[in-house]
Amino acid sequence: MKAQIHSGARGKAGGIKVCSNDTEIERAAEALPGKKLATHQTGPAGKLVSRLYIEEATDIAEEIYLAFVLDRSIERIMVVASAAGGMEIEEISAKQPDTIIRVSVDPAVGMQQFQAREVAYGLGVDPEIINKLVPTIMACYRACRDLDATMVEINPLVVTKDKQLLALDAKMSFDDNALSRRPHIAELRDKSQEDPRETYASDRGLAYVGLDGDIGCVVNGAGLAMATLDMIKLAGGEPANFLDIGGGASPERVAKSFKAVLKDKNVKALLLNVFAGINRCDWVAKGVVDAVNDLDIKLPVVVRLAGTNVEEGRRILDESGLTVITAETLAEAAQKAVAAAKPGATQ
Amino acid sequence: MAIFINENTPVLIQGFTGRIGTFHAQEMIDYGTNVVGGVTPGKGGSTHLGRPVFNTVKGAVQETGAEASIVFVPPPFAADAIMEAADAGIKYCVCITDGIPAQDMIRVKRYMRRYKKEGRMVLTGPNCAGTISPGKAMLGIMPGHIYLHGRVGIIGRSGTLGYEAAAQLKALGIGVSTSVGIGGDPINGSSFRDILEHFESDPETDAVLMIGEIGGPQEAEGGQYARDHMTKPVIAYIAGLSAPKGRKMGHAGAIISAFGESAPEKVEILKGCGVTIAPTPSEMGATVAKVLNSFNKVA
Repeated sequence: MKAQIHSGARGKAGGIKVCSNDTEIERAAEALPGKKLATHQTGPAGKLVSRLYIEEATDIAEEIYLAFVLDRSIERIMVVASAAGGMEIEEISAKQPDTIIRVSVDPAVGMQQFQAREVAYGLGVDPEIINKLVPTIMACYRACRDLDATMVEINPLVVTKDKQLLALDAKMSFDDNALSRRPHIAELRDKSQEDPRETYASDRGLAYVGLDGDIGCVVNGAGLAMATLDMIKLAGGEPANFLDIGGGASPERVAKSFKAVLKDKNVKALLLNVFAGINRCDWVAKGVVDAVNDLDIKLPVVVRLAGTNVEEGRRILDESGLTVITAETLAEAAQKAVAAAKPGATQ
Repeated sequence: MAIFINENTPVLIQGFTGRIGTFHAQEMIDYGTNVVGGVTPGKGGSTHLGRPVFNTVKGAVQETGAEASIVFVPPPFAADAIMEAADAGIKYCVCITDGIPAQDMIRVKRYMRRYKKEGRMVLTGPNCAGTISPGKAMLGIMPGHIYLHGRVGIIGRSGTLGYEAAAQLKALGIGVSTSVGIGGDPINGSSFRDILEHFESDPETDAVLMIGEIGGPQEAEGGQYARDHMTKPVIAYIAGLSAPKGRKMGHAGAIISAFGESAPEKVEILKGCGVTIAPTPSEMGATVAKVLNSFNKVA
């Protein structure tokens, strides 16, 4: 019985139970659902078990690792296979690097039969299996290509004692940029496997990643957002989230972002950092004033504006009568936010 | 000189008549960019912002002699627009579009290999803020006024973090020869290494600031190129210290999926290549100034 969560290494976390009779099946089926499994991939918070998969236990003769990944250095789909399946690929790379077979696919013509044969023979499987393995490899390639996957990983792909080929576990990742043309993949989204803070933000079109700290961050641009998080860390604080508000930081988006960040009850201070290019600081400042008033925000809010119409933006904040803390530079903004989030800090 | 574009470069806007294309085309014209026309299939023969509109890039190149183009075409059609530019003989193309599927970009990169390297179009982006040679021409969506003209080259993945760097440099009186956005996608037109090569041979660039982030091998490759082939000093900042493994930080390409892709690992690799590291994002400008002083060159 296997807990269906978005993570590998479930076995070690107690997510896979081998049952030998009805009583054991009943016991496992009662114990697993509703439980949170924490693996090194999920982090300490773990993932909720809401589905179980029950299958016949298999007598395994051989375990294969088979994956198709988007290789950024060669800019192609790369097939990665190893006869040392069952372990994670990092472990195989460390312990048995010689067993790893790599074949890259030319996107102009797609994967060829001979390449699949090279992988299959390279794995050294039982000769009777070759005729099953080659079409399996080709089919996985087509799945990767036609579903816009960024990864298809079958681990382990096993050869059973009675010479059958069986995928015992598989993972796929998909290209977010291609989901609009793969609606049937988008439908598979399972919100129970997501951080609720992230579900809330992504439903509102915001790029948000939940972290463990107490300084809520709202920044325009992914790079500047990462840099702002770095600056908070370097100033001795911990960011509560990554949030890219996007290019047009309209007043509505500022309010929406503040709302999303405040869903996290650990947040003790807010930091807004906007470098206005196409958008204007005065517009962003109006958004901040409206958001603080409308959402009745009591937490300290640190605002750093730079770029187009910055003086006008600062003037709007100064004249708003709100106790918004302003900063001129990125470093100053981070220091002020860290100080404001400290226990006992006053606004 | 600068690289890729100057005040004379004839520029074409792909996706000219759309809302975004129109807005930024006007900004580029106001900055002094030599915009000679645009392409919107179906609107050929009309005039937009005082410039001719064409149905195809090939037609536009024949009529206007355009050498550079900028793509504002929506994600599902952007890959096609880039390939059209490459086939029409455009020399330098910037793709601003964010959200192009990775497999489309794989196809674009494969397609471009049909042209010999010498004659092949240079593509930067997608998902970038574009390229600017301050005081000369702007092929992008950046606020032009934050850049001072000078002798430092900038290569960056992120738009606004690049603005931050340009503003820090300006505050110190340091100018920029050309700033090139290579974009935040996992498969992009040009890498740090590709652009470093252009800056190394540009007589008007004295030093290069690389602004990288987590994910992918391109920062490390850039460092190795700087070590092996460059005489000019390279300064770098890598964003994403606090990024957890396996999480995508806004950019499609900003995800740590293998060894060597985290910010501290990239910093170590770059240091080992002799690249000077800006310790924090607020010290990008100051670090460039320090390096320029030690090389005794005033930008």
